[in-house]
Amino acid sequence: MFPSAFDYHRASSIDDALDLLASHSEAKFLAGGHSLIPMMKLRLAEPGVLIDIGRLDELKGISEDNGSIRVGSLTTHAALAASEALRRDCPILAEAAALIADPQVRNKGTIGGNIAHADPASDLPAVLVALGATIHLKSKSADRPVAAADFFVDLLATSLADNEIMTAIEIPKLGAGTGSAYLKVEHPASGYAVCGAAALITIANGSVSAAKLAFNGVTAIPFAADGVSEALLGSDAGDEAVDRAMAALAVADPMSDSYASGEYRTALARAYGKRAIRAARDRAA
Amino acid sequence: MSVLGSSIKRREDPALITGKGKYTDDFSAPGMLHAVMVRSPFGHARVKAIDIAAAAGAPGVAAVYTAANITASGTPGVIPTAWLLPNLKTPAHTLLATDRVRYVGHPVAVLLAESRAAATDAAALVKVDYEPLPAVVDPKAAVAEGAPLLYDEAPGNIAFDWELGDKAATDAAFSGAAKTATLTFRNNRTLPHAIEPRAALAAWDSENGKLTLTMTSQNPHVHRLLMTIASLGLPEHKIRVIAPEVGGGFGSKIHHYADEAIAAWCSIQIKRPVKWTATRTESNLTDAHGRDHWSTAGIAIDGDGKIVGLRIETHAAMGAYLSTFAPAVPTYLYGTLFSGQYDIPAIHVHVIGTFTNTAPVDALRGAGRPEATFAVERMMDAGAAAAGLDPAEFRRRNFIQPDAFPYQTQVALAYDSGNYPQALDKALKLADYDGLRARQAERRADPKGGKLLGIGLSSYIEACGIAPSAVVGSLGAQAGLWESAKVRVHPSGSVTVYSGSCAHGQGHETTFSQIVSDRLGIDMDQIDIVQGDTEEVQFGMGTYGSRSAAVGGSAIVKSLDKIIAKGKKIAAHLLEASVDDIEFENGEFKVKGSPGQAKAWGEVVLNAYLAHNLPEDLEPGLEETSFYDPANFTYPFGTHVAIVEIDPETGEIEILRYVAVDDCGNQINPMIVEGQIHGGIAHGLGQALWEEARYDESGQLTSGTLLDYALPRAHHLVTYELEHTVTPCPHNPLGVKGIGEAGAIASPAAVANAVCDALKPFGVDHVDMPFTPEKIWRTLQGRGS
Ligand SMILES: Cc1cc2nc3c(=O)[nH]c(=O)nc-3n(C[C@H](O)[C@H](O)[C@H](O)COP(=O)(O)OP(=O)(O)OC[C@H]3O[C@@H](n4cnc5c(N)ncnc54)[C@H](O)[C@@H]3O)c2cc1C
Repeated sequence: MFPSAFDYHRASSIDDALDLLASHSEAKFLAGGHSLIPMMKLRLAEPGVLIDIGRLDELKGISEDNGSIRVGSLTTHAALAASEALRRDCPILAEAAALIADPQVRNKGTIGGNIAHADPASDLPAVLVALGATIHLKSKSADRPVAAADFFVDLLATSLADNEIMTAIEIPKLGAGTGSAYLKVEHPASGYAVCGAAALITIANGSVSAAKLAFNGVTAIPFAADGVSEALLGSDAGDEAVDRAMAALAVADPMSDSYASGEYRTALARAYGKRAIRAARDRAA
Repeated sequence: MSVLGSSIKRREDPALITGKGKYTDDFSAPGMLHAVMVRSPFGHARVKAIDIAAAAGAPGVAAVYTAANITASGTPGVIPTAWLLPNLKTPAHTLLATDRVRYVGHPVAVLLAESRAAATDAAALVKVDYEPLPAVVDPKAAVAEGAPLLYDEAPGNIAFDWELGDKAATDAAFSGAAKTATLTFRNNRTLPHAIEPRAALAAWDSENGKLTLTMTSQNPHVHRLLMTIASLGLPEHKIRVIAPEVGGGFGSKIHHYADEAIAAWCSIQIKRPVKWTATRTESNLTDAHGRDHWSTAGIAIDGDGKIVGLRIETHAAMGAYLSTFAPAVPTYLYGTLFSGQYDIPAIHVHVIGTFTNTAPVDALRGAGRPEATFAVERMMDAGAAAAGLDPAEFRRRNFIQPDAFPYQTQVALAYDSGNYPQALDKALKLADYDGLRARQAERRADPKGGKLLGIGLSSYIEACGIAPSAVVGSLGAQAGLWESAKVRVHPSGSVTVYSGSCAHGQGHETTFSQIVSDRLGIDMDQIDIVQGDTEEVQFGMGTYGSRSAAVGGSAIVKSLDKIIAKGKKIAAHLLEASVDDIEFENGEFKVKGSPGQAKAWGEVVLNAYLAHNLPEDLEPGLEETSFYDPANFTYPFGTHVAIVEIDPETGEIEILRYVAVDDCGNQINPMIVEGQIHGGIAHGLGQALWEEARYDESGQLTSGTLLDYALPRAHHLVTYELEHTVTPCPHNPLGVKGIGEAGAIASPAAVANAVCDALKPFGVDHVDMPFTPEKIWRTLQGRGS
């Protein structure tokens, strides 16, 4: 319940943050602190140095481009949930952010911290994978965009390098005819996702022209059920077509814990994948 | 409107909800050291050596002590059991472990440092050489051949083997029965989870040889007594125990644990104040847990759907040592409830209490009664199914009738009052039971299926305000179960009450003031209630077992009656009337039938203190103390109805509605009654649906954090639909019975019956709590309706 001793630095700019990172070996960025500090209190993480990036305005906020929305890595879950731009052009991200924990956590926790921490039970990874989002990473020498699907490497591990900071997440705007839904089965204790299903369905002239289904909570990293998505293409996305497409769901190495076995998580993915697709379909109309 | 019976807002709340309440950890003392315990990470191990050198030399560390230091100090150093059963095995339980640790969290050393952070860091440097031993964590596995043994003096890990009722008559009833049903079930182990963790601040005054111990206690006098006789060996008058604000207890702060005694011993040893506060993890590892039973029960019925016999065999976990009142919980607080609300001619209860490599199990909200109610009410549904009757009808046929009181059960208790059909009927009406059953039948007939609707009843009885003292003494209690109250009327007429009850969330300051205000006719703001300090309060047994209104409140009434009687004598003297002609009403002493002949409260009180003109032989002053020993338990009852829906695809359960009709007798403050019912129901729904303290085979508590252990939250629950009936308790002056535990007693069975009802078309007769979605999903796999 008490972290071990650490040094604390407050970064004054992104460059300053990267300098501080370069000059300390066991340093960690501190954003909202809602994943890192609990780990430190349980002494599961014992960073010698914390670099507080929490006041860097350059990392905050949501801005729009022609075809995309740029979300600063330090944007809070509450800001995502309330964003007019997201609600209009990418409602699934706002919907998922609103399902994270409680108002206290949503007011402090950030999208960057959420995905950098890469907790498999987090709510945002599946949505970002389904959306085909791009994660922008920056080191002192280079900017590096990474596709969301390539960002998550393993349980609590990402492709973020030791000398990098995450600056923003870029999300495509969903066009007319695209419906989306994120459904979550929450763990009754932690509130995290035991299974989170993100679905995007585009319907043109009565049939599915694009589809994407992705899950978090089920496997160590978010996974896209591409077989299901492909099976939906060209169908009318009616209940029977959805049921048929769901037969293509294959979950490799589901996680297992005392609350939900791998077998049960797979059953949840099957049920909630189907329900998410149906909900996205209804919203596409 | 009378103050008694009105929903006056809780006067203790403004301070509590604005963060101004002072809890144990909010207190400090000059020169104070912080204690951190070094605890066993093993469920069972031999302690071969303890190396404190590195820790003792760490920055800020003042001392590191082990069991050897306590022994060397000559202190008794023991944690006793305060309820003895015949042939009970009571292996010695020392403050710090000596050569064996028997549960994860068992303290082996204590470290004192200048700050809590320094103490936490240094505690990690204490090196304990453990030789792990095989562990046993399940109450039934503990008695199996070859199970690891916790104590040589308790063969088979059996702490006690206890029976109640008539075995021969019960067996005979079963052999002659038209139908019987049997179920085997588990009552899941739960954690108490008071919001405030346990804490103690011990300050030793060497000059006066006196210890002041501020601690999280539901019963400070009991803690003082146990500290005196077993743990510290100081004379009782040299220990002052103070329970300041206490942030919930649910039973967990009744018990006498090692940690508070260790903090006290450390303060005496090092001659500086010492504070210890548990972390949430420590609380979960060491607070006494609740429940943890395995049972097999049978019900026998005649051809008319009347119960002829009920029997149960239970294995109850006691944990690694016998906590304060632990032996009473699965015996006298459990076995005695097996008649429920029903007229059952033959009952037999057999309980085997076993030692396990887990935290101890002791009283937790309901203490034995939720377990008994669960068993009886599950068997009522099993019996109804066997008889081919609707569960409501089966209950109605078997109720003890309203004209049958007092009713002597076959399991020791004599119920004093009740009206069970009335509560059931009211609950069924409120729930629209017939409508629900019709909807359920429609759904079951619908080929499209859909969600499974389940309706569950729980017609519970409880026994509160455990008493009288002579009876509980004959059953093994090492304490009397009366309560005391001193009422001090100050010369200007305001009042301070010193109560032996010890609120930790119940609202006594409000309800007790209502009692005083009603009796004396003075305003609430003229009344203070003092509790929780052994130096101020004469003596007290504390707050638990829903006893404070019935026993603590009655003690106050007794003192108030004495005050009024003395006031009448003074008034009669001043009015030159006969005492028998004086009546006391609305704060005035009046001569019956002579309007205008009266003395106001204030005038009589002032005269008591001036003593210028008192009747001969009457002492000055106005202060009275009473020790109230009830004639019997009180018997609250009611019927709860849970309505649930199950998603057959995922096993997820939704509580659609929760209806409760409770009878706690007269209500002093209906808002507080309702609050207690709400909390109790949430507590029981938590046990039924989510909560489970799980130990793995080696004795690790795998659900020991709030990431894994699901306490119910607001959004998990529904708005309860509450009504009540009023059957006053006939033997106490307020006619009150107690309501603190009712919800937790009734609701697990109501939910279990609803869930099993929903699954009935699939041929399922029982599923164990907690009803996690995966468990339900697995139950449904491969079954058609
Ligand atoms: C009680 C509780 C319940 C929760 N429930 C949920 C839930 O239901 N669903 C859910 O998704 N989440 C949940 N969370 C997690 C929450 O969303 C966290 O806020 C989030 O995961 C981490 O964000 P943060 O800003 O707090 O990051 P921090 O804790 O500050 O940091 C987390 C990690 O990310 C790194 N990091 C942070 N920002 C950057 C950056 N810009 N560049 C590089 N590295 C960075 C840090 O160094 C650290 O390693 C819960 C948390 C709590 C405390």
